[in-house]
Amino acid sequence: MLDAAASLVTSLQSAVPEATFEAIPSVDLQTTIYASGDHIVAVARALRDLPELKFSLLAELTAADYWPREPRFEVVYVLVSIEHKLRLRLKVRLGGSDAHLATVCGIWPAANWLEREVYDLFGIKFDGHPDPRRLLMPEDWEGSPLRKDSPVQIRRPPHVAAPLQVTPDEFRQNLERDRRARE
Amino acid sequence: MPEIRTETMTVNMGPQHPSTHGVLRLVLELDGETILSASPTIGYLHTGIEKTCEQKKWQQVIPLVERMDYLSAQSNSMAFCMSVERLLGVDAVMPDRVKNIRILLAELQRINSHLVWLGTHGMEVGAVSVMLYCFREREILLNINEMIAGFRLFPSYMRVGGLREDLPRGFHEAVRAFLDRMPVKLDEYEDLLTKNEIYLKRTQGVGVVSRDNAIAWSLVGPIARAAGVDYDVRKVFPYLGYETYDFSVPTQTTGDVYGRYQVRVAEIRESLKICRQALERIAPRGDYAIADPKITPPPKDRVYTEMEALIQHFLIYSQGFMVPAGEAYVPVEGPRGEQGFYVVSDGTNRPWRIKSRAPSLLACQALEKLIVGGLIADVIAVIGSIDVVMGDVDR
Repeated sequence: MLDAAASLVTSLQSAVPEATFEAIPSVDLQTTIYASGDHIVAVARALRDLPELKFSLLAELTAADYWPREPRFEVVYVLVSIEHKLRLRLKVRLGGSDAHLATVCGIWPAANWLEREVYDLFGIKFDGHPDPRRLLMPEDWEGSPLRKDSPVQIRRPPHVAAPLQVTPDEFRQNLERDRRARE
Repeated sequence: MPEIRTETMTVNMGPQHPSTHGVLRLVLELDGETILSASPTIGYLHTGIEKTCEQKKWQQVIPLVERMDYLSAQSNSMAFCMSVERLLGVDAVMPDRVKNIRILLAELQRINSHLVWLGTHGMEVGAVSVMLYCFREREILLNINEMIAGFRLFPSYMRVGGLREDLPRGFHEAVRAFLDRMPVKLDEYEDLLTKNEIYLKRTQGVGVVSRDNAIAWSLVGPIARAAGVDYDVRKVFPYLGYETYDFSVPTQTTGDVYGRYQVRVAEIRESLKICRQALERIAPRGDYAIADPKITPPPKDRVYTEMEALIQHFLIYSQGFMVPAGEAYVPVEGPRGEQGFYVVSDGTNRPWRIKSRAPSLLACQALEKLIVGGLIADVIAVIGSIDVVMGDVDR
């Protein structure tokens, strides 16, 4: 399995010479390599377009938090090459303070919601993302729930808008005003 | 004559719309009946299952992952167990009987899920009787689940290291009766839909996705196969010994709602074929788990009579088992396409990170592309045809 990763790294390295790669052993079918985050878009394009790779299907994009270790985050891309029957797990390490990475929406459009989910749950920003909003959590949620330092079983008062209070007199006046407005 | 002022209308479809299969909200911008833009809003069903899983022991995660995609519970738990078994390194010693039972149950689950899909989709485009017929046959499958595990929707029968217990008496007869009954009934459904003029008008040429777009939007399973993408994990990356089974992967090239219908009905027939082969290979009695006292609990009759077995049982259920540090992702072909769990362990008895690959999430993302430019009536047919389960989308 490590041989496949090594040969893959060789062809990637020649396509994107400025990026750094590292092949690591894996226990499952997925060939696993680390790539530097600086040139992720070029790496993604090479993976998709190189004729011997053709990783055109982005099966999964997610992240894992290894707090308190540094670099803290790993963004994981699971790629499938249907033509060559290959699978690849591409990982990128990210530091804890101001974690951000370039978006790959331009390479695999499916990354749009997957990156939004990672942003939502881990707080990793994707530069150049066409729609950088939360995906699953409420828009006014504070914090990133899947971070390891985000507490579980927090007792937070539910966020409610204050109910509208009117006195019976005001209520009748409002009705009367609406009736006059209709006439 | 003064010019008529026209403006587009914005309509909220959902979150409580019966055809959105859960709580999916679509904000549609309409020009008459034509859809100009659509923006799906999800998250109403988000319950943080992945965060919850990190607080549980490994075996406690199984009931949780079954509730993610509630129409393919057995496929979910099988994918999760296979990832953990890969980390434990016990998948190589898994008895063949367990593998065959897993294949049989996964295929029955696929039929189950496709029957719910066919029934609800048929009902939404106006063929209400199909729904009643499909649920009638699904009832038999739920009874089989009840037979093996005492639970109908979420059996939690797959366990890390094998199965919870051996197959019950009468299992083979029950499954065989279903396998004999189903092809005839499937012909009946096809009589109702396949050449039905109204059904054809509602589905042909609706919600078309091209082959390239299907790949770019990471669509898998029946949606992609209806668009001509010949990708089935069972064939391309075989697991559990699928390569020894004789079956084919049905594809279509139209990419429309009707194509997805054809692919799913053909898949039910292929699944029946696999089930029949699997049933032949499964002996009524035999191994149902690996023989590793650290991972699989001893049988109940020994727990009640032997002290060592009682201690083993107590240790597994109170402390769980340790999983070596590492990461694994074993893909399986669920009813909605490639499904799997990215599992990270830090070497303790609780998972460090669990991520479910949700085919429904990506299908939901592509929904916008499928409905823009079409008619509002077609939205119902398209949502039905991509077979999203909101529990899997939101998790």
